[in-house]
Amino acid sequence: MNNSIKQQFDVYSNALNIRNKKNEILASNIANASTPNFKARDVDFEVELARSLNNGPLKTSSSSHIALTTKYLPGKVQYRQSINPSVDGNTVELAVEQMEFAENSIRYQTTLDFINSKIRGLLGAIRGE
Amino acid sequence: MDIKNIYHIAQRAMGAQLVRLNATASNLANADNIASNPNDAYKPVKPVFETKYFDLIRKKGISTVDAVTVQKMDIDPIKEYKPGHPMADENGFIYRAPVNIEEEYVDMLEASRHYQNNVEVISTIKALMLKTASLGK
Repeated sequence: MNNSIKQQFDVYSNALNIRNKKNEILASNIANASTPNFKARDVDFEVELARSLNNGPLKTSSSSHIALTTKYLPGKVQYRQSINPSVDGNTVELAVEQMEFAENSIRYQTTLDFINSKIRGLLGAIRGE
Repeated sequence: MDIKNIYHIAQRAMGAQLVRLNATASNLANADNIASNPNDAYKPVKPVFETKYFDLIRKKGISTVDAVTVQKMDIDPIKEYKPGHPMADENGFIYRAPVNIEEEYVDMLEASRHYQNNVEVISTIKALMLKTASLGK
């Protein structure tokens, strides 16, 4: 168990990665809110996180192999099913995208708070407080 | 030009919306223009938006928007019979710019709303990045 501290943070770093990716996709949707024929996209956080946990780092069998530094590989981006499609073929609904963006940002912050309390816990254990 | 990060996405989208606001301003400024022949009459301009993808295969879903061109609308000027008008042609007609003011107002509101949304995205992302950078402090 030579990097158990790293393992403590693995799931959080994967979660942050996916949240960040989701934010980028939602920002793209908001940017294209008035582009004709643009189709809104999104990723499913739960599916992506579960997938990232199953993906172990690639095994290296020779010293000349380069080990993957991250466990998370970019996944599947899906198209959003729009509630009220507009005539110009654009499926971005601003209210939906804004709500998703706000929720995703809050969940990102929550993950940051989890990491902070983890760091505090580990530091406390190291210092023996 | 490729997309570097999330700021780039919002920045280019804001640029595109600014082009749209400029086009609207130009249309509104010329709404009352009068010409003495149909070819000289002002024609409203509209930007053409196009999605620019981060990757060629469009797999990552990351994209931004560019106003690729600004085109003149293909509509005829409004012909009016005003014989005494100083700009009237030999038959007594003047040609008004066919600007639909209501449509321009709606366009302007929508463009400014979308601009604000992109500003909101940038400020949210900025706050999140600052928080990430100060993890463990």
